[in-house]
Amino acid sequence: MATLHTRSAARLMIAPSVLLLLAWMIVPLAMTIYFSLLRYNLLMPGMEEFAGLTNYTYFLTDPAFFQAIFNTLAIVLGVLFITVVGGIGLALLLDQPMFGQGIVRILVIAPFLIMPTVAALVWKNMFMNPVNGLFAWLAKLLGLQPFDFLANAPLLSIILIVAWQWLPFATLILLTALQSLDEEQKEAAQMDGAGAVSRFIYLVLPHLSRAITVVILIQTIFLLSVFAEILVTTNGGPGTQSTNLTFLVYAQALLQFDVGGASAGGIIAVILANIVAFFLMRMIGKTLEA
Amino acid sequence: MGSITLKNVSKVFGAHAVIPSIDLDITDGEFVVFVGPSGCGKSTLLRLIAGLEDVSDGEIVIDGRNATELPPAKRGLSMVFQSYALYPHMSVRSNIAFPLKMAGEDKATIDKKVEDAARVLNLTDYLDRKPRQLSGGQRQRVAIGRAIVRQPEAFLFDEPLSNLDAALRVNMRLEISQLHQQLKTTMVYVTHDQVEAMTMADKIVVLNRGRIEQVGSPLDLYRRPDNLFVAGFIGSPKMNFVTGAPAAAHQAHTIGIRPEHIALSKDQGTWRGTVGVAEHLGSDTFLHVNADGIGTLTARVGGDFAVTHGDQVYLTPDTERLHRFDEKGMAIR
Repeated sequence: MATLHTRSAARLMIAPSVLLLLAWMIVPLAMTIYFSLLRYNLLMPGMEEFAGLTNYTYFLTDPAFFQAIFNTLAIVLGVLFITVVGGIGLALLLDQPMFGQGIVRILVIAPFLIMPTVAALVWKNMFMNPVNGLFAWLAKLLGLQPFDFLANAPLLSIILIVAWQWLPFATLILLTALQSLDEEQKEAAQMDGAGAVSRFIYLVLPHLSRAITVVILIQTIFLLSVFAEILVTTNGGPGTQSTNLTFLVYAQALLQFDVGGASAGGIIAVILANIVAFFLMRMIGKTLEA
Repeated sequence: MGSITLKNVSKVFGAHAVIPSIDLDITDGEFVVFVGPSGCGKSTLLRLIAGLEDVSDGEIVIDGRNATELPPAKRGLSMVFQSYALYPHMSVRSNIAFPLKMAGEDKATIDKKVEDAARVLNLTDYLDRKPRQLSGGQRQRVAIGRAIVRQPEAFLFDEPLSNLDAALRVNMRLEISQLHQQLKTTMVYVTHDQVEAMTMADKIVVLNRGRIEQVGSPLDLYRRPDNLFVAGFIGSPKMNFVTGAPAAAHQAHTIGIRPEHIALSKDQGTWRGTVGVAEHLGSDTFLHVNADGIGTLTARVGGDFAVTHGDQVYLTPDTERLHRFDEKGMAIR
């Protein structure tokens, strides 16, 4: 923007959206902070009183809190690992010329279009059910004891379900990145005597680094707040074995009716998410520059 | 030793024969240029030699060995690509070292060879930069550096200068020629620019629609073109073609006269015409003359010949240097 005039005009133009954003974000945040300082229980309406930091100490000393932090991180890291590695593999496969390429690509993208609750229910009832599920049937076919995924490995099951949902996203982003790799570079590497593995390590992976960064950043944002999949499959259990922070806040507010405690949990979740984001940007933000 | 022989080589994409059948001998140490209009199959031919495309039929013999089925890396050839194809995330040093690293040479040897190549190509100061921090000419030199460290049997160049500006192109043309003098390695060079072909080649292969029109030294092609296509393609500005009565007077279907072989005069000559456009280059002037009953002819005169649009001039072709062609476009000798 060249002149003083256009600059002030520009400020005026963006003012409404800034105000809207403020109302949208700052007001709820302020209200959450306010609630977190109150003793506020839905079962005792009209009896709110100032409680100081009691809600915070209560939430932070809850043994379920540490379990929830661990679970949150496990879900984020587990899903990231599966989707990035699997996504690169699938993208490499889909990049090969083959018959019915268009249809196969649409099929691969399909899981991303299914809503989380439906996907989780399908997994729970059709695949992982220890009596009627596909996996149980497979196990019986092989003469093995069916494995009750959601009861015995609840966290792993949820990681698998969420990874299945996010794999198409990673594949799609990585596939487009792969297709933008210059054909002549690949041929040059071929002339230089690089085999398929060397070409992957020295040429394809560095080329994909930016796309991988994008996948990690975007997925982390969404994976920190996985909720629907937990609600419809394990309900956070058994015990708190598959409870993450989001689910813990939900349980505090709507199962124990403790709005104050839940608000405190929400604020803690926001702080933790910011810490994760800070380290993430420091670790991999560099690849996005230049 | 880098001799390359193509026997009956053909390439078919689907139902379309890009190269119907080609026989060609490239002797060791030669600088061979494939030249032709775009789509004539010259790049495809180069890629066949490199092994980046499979031949549909025929045999490629490199250095006495049948290389038809060999993968690109085993053919002992290096290639410089049109887009340079440098690895963008590697430094210049790693780029040049890449083929050596892939060949499994030890660190000390690699360092020495890279330093040597960098010295030859004036890249020593840029070894730690990334390709994107280099100018077009420097990138070109890195690509050449990556090609020479392997000490290949032959170099393949795929229109390497087409992304450079005019001044740099003239410069790099010279550098590549000098490199050829120094290394004395076989070079196969693809271009659509007949000036590059004329200035650099020991031997020019003129291609048209996947067929070889003529093979010969630059001056051979200039003085004795086999057919209309070669006559029209080699030389700048293009040769003039005249058909009809003036051609019949020389017992030919078509006669060709180069612009530099037409004498101009303001008062007498064989053909009369009006000047359409005069292109003044300083040293020379190219005149586009509308000759009566013949059509537009291009003629080259000295820069001192003062004419402008609309002037009457007389043209006299040098009958000694006239090219005669029959109905099929083949030269009559």
